[in-house]
Amino acid sequence: MPAEEPPTTASQEAARLAAFDSLIAADQRIEPTDWMPPAYRKALVRQMSQHAHSEIIGMQPEGNWITRAPSLKRKAILMAKVQDEAGHGLYLYSAAETLGTTRDEMLDALHSGKAKYSSIFNYLAPSWADMGSIGWLVDGAAIANQVPLCRASYGPYGRAMVRICKEESFHQRQGFEILLALMNGTDEQQAMAQESVNRWYAPALMMFGPPDAESPNSRQSMAWKIKRFSNDELRQRFVDMIVPQAEILGITLPDPDLRWNEERGHHDFGELDWAEFHAVLHGNGQANALRLAKRRAAHAEGEWVREAARAYAERTATSERMAS
Amino acid sequence: MTEEPRRETWPLWEVFVRSARGLSHVHAGSLHAPDAELAVRNARDLYTRRSEGVSIWVVPAAAITASDPDAKDAWFESPRGKDFRHATYYTASQAVPHL
Repeated sequence: MPAEEPPTTASQEAARLAAFDSLIAADQRIEPTDWMPPAYRKALVRQMSQHAHSEIIGMQPEGNWITRAPSLKRKAILMAKVQDEAGHGLYLYSAAETLGTTRDEMLDALHSGKAKYSSIFNYLAPSWADMGSIGWLVDGAAIANQVPLCRASYGPYGRAMVRICKEESFHQRQGFEILLALMNGTDEQQAMAQESVNRWYAPALMMFGPPDAESPNSRQSMAWKIKRFSNDELRQRFVDMIVPQAEILGITLPDPDLRWNEERGHHDFGELDWAEFHAVLHGNGQANALRLAKRRAAHAEGEWVREAARAYAERTATSERMAS
Repeated sequence: MTEEPRRETWPLWEVFVRSARGLSHVHAGSLHAPDAELAVRNARDLYTRRSEGVSIWVVPAAAITASDPDAKDAWFESPRGKDFRHATYYTASQAVPHL
C-alpha cells in the first residue's frame, strides 16, 4: 500500500479531486503515483484482478485438451495459446500491483473463492470442437471487450491491454480455423462443430455482462473512462461481427430471433437467460468447483518450488556478501 | 493501514527489453522472481514470446529512485518559458535552405 498520507484539509481534498477529474476530462492517463479517489482505485483492483484471474483459470479448459489435440501442430498451437493466457494473467497482476495490492493477496482472494473470474470458464469443454468455439466465440467476445480497454484511463491497465490485444488476435483465428476444418469434414465432424457452437453461443454473449439497465457499476466505470462502451453496445457489436463469420463457416447460430434489422442497421437477437448467468456466477455452473480445486492444487503443488528458489536466492546472496 | 507491511514470497523486478540492435532498452513491465538469474529467465518467457527482444535488463523494483510525484510541477517547471531551447522558436531563418 502507498505510505500513510498526512491528513489533508477539505480544500486540499477538493483540489486533488479536481485535478483528477480534469485529467479524466482531458482524456489523460492516471499513473500509479497520482492521487486517485479511493473508489477508483478499488474499482480498478477489482476489475484488473478479476481479469487476471480469468486468464489464469482460462488456461484450464484448453490445457485439458493439449494431450488429446488431433495433431502435433494443434498441440503446439494450443500450448502457445495456454502460455499466452498465463502471460496475460501475469501482465494484469503486475498492473494491478501498481495500485498497492500484492500478488499474494490477489491469489489468496482467488483461492478462497472471494474473488470472481469470468463465468464462461465454468462451462465444460467436452469435445474437440469446443477448442474451436472457445477460440472463435469466447476469445472473440474477449477481444471485443478488450480492444476499448487499451484506452482505459489507468495507464498500466491500458498498457497491459495493448500487449494482450496484440497477442490475442491469433487465438480467435485459430479457433475459427478449427471450426472451418470440421465444417469441411465429414457429416459427423460438421455435427460436432454445430453442437459445440450451440452450447457456446449464448454464454459467449453473456460475457459482456448484464444488460445496461442492470449494471450500475458500469455507468461509474464509463464516467471514469475505464470502460469506453456499455455492455449492450459491445454485445451488439459482437453479434454483428459473428453473423457473417458464421455464414462463412456454414454454421447456424442457435437463436431463432436473430435477424438483420434494416432500420437499426444492426442484428436483433433473442433474450439471454440471465438466471443462468447469475447461477453460474454464484457457483452453480458445470465446473466452478472443478476449476477452483485444480487452481488451488496447482498452487499448493508449486509451493516447494517457490520456497526452494527463495531459499537458494537467500543463501547465494548471503555467501556473496561473506565472500566480498 | 497500520498493519505489518505485507511480505511477498518473491520480490518484484522491473523488466527492460531492447527490441533490436541500435535501440534503447525500454520498460516492458514487471514480474516476481526469487533472484536476478530467474528474473531474466522469467522475463524472457513473459515478455519475448514473439521475438520482441534481443536483450533484457532486470532491475529490483526496490532499487529504483523516482522523482517526487507530488512535486512534479515545481520540479519540471524550469523548461517552461524557455521556448528558445527549441529550433521552432527561430522563425526569421525559416526560409533559409539547409538550416
